[in-house]
Amino acid sequence: MYREAALNKFEPEKRNILYILHELQDLNPQHYVAKEDIEAVADYLNVPYSFVHGVATFYTMFSLTPRGRHIIRLCDSPPCHLMGSTSTLDHIRNKLGIEVGQTTPDGAFTLELASCLGVCGIAPAIMINEEMFGKLTPERLDAILDERRNSI
Amino acid sequence: MNIVRSHVLIGMDASTIMAGARAVQQELVKEIKAKGLSGEVAVMETGSLGVTNMGVVLVVYPEGLYYANVTKEDVAELVEEQLLKGRLVKRLLYTQAPKRFIIKKERTGLMREQPRIVLKNCGIINPENIEEYIAEGGYEGALRAIGKMTPDEVIAEVKNSGLVGRGGAAFPTAMKWEFASKVPGPEKFIICNADEGEPGTFKDRLIMEGDPHKLIEGMIIAGYAFGATQGYIYIRGEYTLSIQRMEKAITDARAMNILGDKVFEKDFSFDLRVMKGGGAYVCGEETALIESLEGHRGHPRNKPPYPVVAGLWGKPTVVNNVETLANVGDIMRHGANWFRKYGTAKCPGTKVYTILGHVATPGLIETEMGTTLRDIIFEYGGGISEGKQFKGALVGGAAGAFVGPDLLDVQMDFVNLREYAAALGSGAILVMNEDTSMADMLKNVLHFFKHESCGHCVPCRLGTAQLVEVMDRIVDGSGGPDDVDRLLSIATVMKDASFCPLGQSLHMPISSCLKYFRDEIAGNQ
Repeated sequence: MYREAALNKFEPEKRNILYILHELQDLNPQHYVAKEDIEAVADYLNVPYSFVHGVATFYTMFSLTPRGRHIIRLCDSPPCHLMGSTSTLDHIRNKLGIEVGQTTPDGAFTLELASCLGVCGIAPAIMINEEMFGKLTPERLDAILDERRNSI
Repeated sequence: MNIVRSHVLIGMDASTIMAGARAVQQELVKEIKAKGLSGEVAVMETGSLGVTNMGVVLVVYPEGLYYANVTKEDVAELVEEQLLKGRLVKRLLYTQAPKRFIIKKERTGLMREQPRIVLKNCGIINPENIEEYIAEGGYEGALRAIGKMTPDEVIAEVKNSGLVGRGGAAFPTAMKWEFASKVPGPEKFIICNADEGEPGTFKDRLIMEGDPHKLIEGMIIAGYAFGATQGYIYIRGEYTLSIQRMEKAITDARAMNILGDKVFEKDFSFDLRVMKGGGAYVCGEETALIESLEGHRGHPRNKPPYPVVAGLWGKPTVVNNVETLANVGDIMRHGANWFRKYGTAKCPGTKVYTILGHVATPGLIETEMGTTLRDIIFEYGGGISEGKQFKGALVGGAAGAFVGPDLLDVQMDFVNLREYAAALGSGAILVMNEDTSMADMLKNVLHFFKHESCGHCVPCRLGTAQLVEVMDRIVDGSGGPDDVDRLLSIATVMKDASFCPLGQSLHMPISSCLKYFRDEIAGNQ
């Protein structure tokens, strides 16, 4: 079982909890921290279920609901806002037909808001999975999203 | 033997990789080989070249020519013309190359250039090669400290240099170390705060991506100075490349006996570990960061006891920012007096700034403490973009201060700005032109804080929500006559009553924004 292998990569110490949650979320086919993941971590670290749940819900990088193949994280911190992130957001919402926090019916995209992504030099920016995209215009966004939709 | 006559340095950071730097690099190597230049031209990877929104950027040495917006398709032409025939490819040439030097204004009004400190190696050496760092004099400071000085002498040297924390609070670095050194106990920790969450700030990311060994050297010296044997680097989960580069650098340093048992074969052992964050602004606060490192929700702790007395797992702990630690190696190498030649009497040294927003050339710069905002925007940032007028700037990130034109000529350092009720903070400078709606910007800042409030204490949890409610009313025109004052009174309560700096610091952007743009914001209601 992949969960066990993932857990065994880390010593069963509380300080490793964020690493473990990142790992399990990355391995989950639906890119989220499932109830079974939380249970497994709680058993492995010998802490209550509520403790792991509390940690997982505190940090914005973890999702407790299933997500699409491509997770769009849009930055709306002041530098991106100044350079037009509101229209970027509107464009994505219209194009994909989803609101922030939702996933497209085909399971291709999930839209999330993120705090500063730390790439303000190329504002307005989004992150799709591990990749950054900046200096976004409607045309550029269309190209990026179309290409992503067709990839797995 | 081959003599390399030309070096191509390709900038590899999160934004150039996004623009396809890896593909360009592969194509370059392939094309150079195809033209039979493999022995003569070397392609090397380096950190950010300081040009941040121009796609893939590379520099050709010895000419020092910058090429920007290079795509895979341009490579054949570039190799053929520039590298084989020695002719310029003018359409890709980038002539506004960033200033790799610190511009120092003498009293005579003349300008002269000085080398950088923190960013000295960024964009010059290969960050994944420890030998290049050592060739530039790296780890000499650590060797001098551990080989020739006592821990107390190291603390004294850093104290004499006048180094203060670069994360925003500007606390004297040596004083933290001294406190921790006096607390008894065999186990102490040094933590590097690389949870860079302040909007508009990415200096720490570029230091870690461009020169990771500089941070390791600073941490070794700090550990030696106050007796820590284990260090942690807490990096934001979003900073994938920083995490990879730091981990590689730590492995390489261990292999050379620079980390581990008996560092430099002296009687001092020290090791480092990278920890990955989960995305929470409040974890930039040192006690929240410690909680997070221990594997908890990132809630701040009561102070006192301060971390230097009881920090990580209750042990004496010093938390320093990346940029602070990146200064330490050179201070030990060249001495405190050398460091004091830079900056102002109260704040010696340099500061790394990120210039963003409506400027011609946004990016990362390093200047002396005491440089004016005007010089930063107009000398380094190339002035306001599209020929517009300067309206204001948000200095120091979301928890920073709005400033108007009257502060353009104030010497900026941590101490001096405080007198103007502003703050240097993290060094983010977001420049806004005449078309910017200040009400909209303030609203954005307040939404940011509402999202990032951790919920631990009532004033911050409820205060941020109420501020957003009031500000939304003001912006959509349904506000009452008292709403502007209400913003200030809520912020004042939060400043007095919030548990940690997150809630306390909101007063700064609100009061400073109202100081300069009150009429404009009130006009909305």
